[in-house]
Amino acid sequence: MGLESNLTGTFVGSRLSDALNWARKYSLFQYPFVTACCGMEFMSTACSHYDISRFGAEIPRFSPRQADLLFVVGTVSHKLAPVLRKVYEQMCDPKWVVAFGACASSGGFYDNYCTVQGIDTIIPVDVYIPGCPPRPEQVLDALMMLQEKIQREPLEKQA
Amino acid sequence: MSKKCVERLQAHFADQILSTHDAAGDETVVLKRDKLLDVLKFLRDEADLAFNLPVDLTVVDWYRIREPRFEVVYHLYSYRTKQRIRLKVPVDEDDARVPSSYSIWPGFDWYEREAYDLYGVVFDGHPNLKRILMWEGFEGHPLRKDYPINKRQPITTLLGEKS
Repeated sequence: MGLESNLTGTFVGSRLSDALNWARKYSLFQYPFVTACCGMEFMSTACSHYDISRFGAEIPRFSPRQADLLFVVGTVSHKLAPVLRKVYEQMCDPKWVVAFGACASSGGFYDNYCTVQGIDTIIPVDVYIPGCPPRPEQVLDALMMLQEKIQREPLEKQA
Repeated sequence: MSKKCVERLQAHFADQILSTHDAAGDETVVLKRDKLLDVLKFLRDEADLAFNLPVDLTVVDWYRIREPRFEVVYHLYSYRTKQRIRLKVPVDEDDARVPSSYSIWPGFDWYEREAYDLYGVVFDGHPNLKRILMWEGFEGHPLRKDYPINKRQPITTLLGEKS
């Protein structure tokens, strides 16, 4: 927290927050943590046919240190859980997480000894996308929901 | 065709064979554990058998259905004669171990580790018999039928940290 914490509740503060949030929601740099078949739908969404760049989220970063949106795409096993946690912790604030598909959201039909029953048992999640796998339209819908959520974030929550 | 393989085995290892059967032409030989390596070596080295491809190795758990509880299953294929054969070796729960076939087909290395990891059958003589799929510190063998279906063993420490 820096200087902006003094501006909470003031006119300047709320205008600044609006401007920051507007900039952030249209420049989401994503880190795709792709582990399973949902990855194909993610690729489909990211490529020109559905064109995620229309929403300002076109650049996947392959280092979590350069990303601010973590897409967890697919099944996460208990063996992989520490890796996911570490990736999340390497991301700089402000950061958001999307659980992509049934497996990332709840474990899906892998209700068994080796699968994490939803990534929200490891890291905080902002938006869940249901579906096995979800259609690209659902992904874009989730992205727009995340943008609305980012626009509403108050100044004091922003690091 | 592979009937001949079974006959060859019967001629050489009559005392090792518990039973034979076939399903849709796929021959199965149920074997004792005692001279398993000799039988496997015979299947690989005889010119008219030449089973040089280790196709699959797995375990069946007959928990509360059949005794002995476990059955180690070998699937073999011969590139030379284009034949397949299936071998089954029943083992008891108290003494769930078979000799490792690593020295005959190194390709069975990871299969044996997987069978050990998920079923707890020990392969004597394997050079590196440790878990292959589950993580270090995992308790039990998850594909055994008496492994609790709701049991979860999450890893609570981060990578690189020692608990």
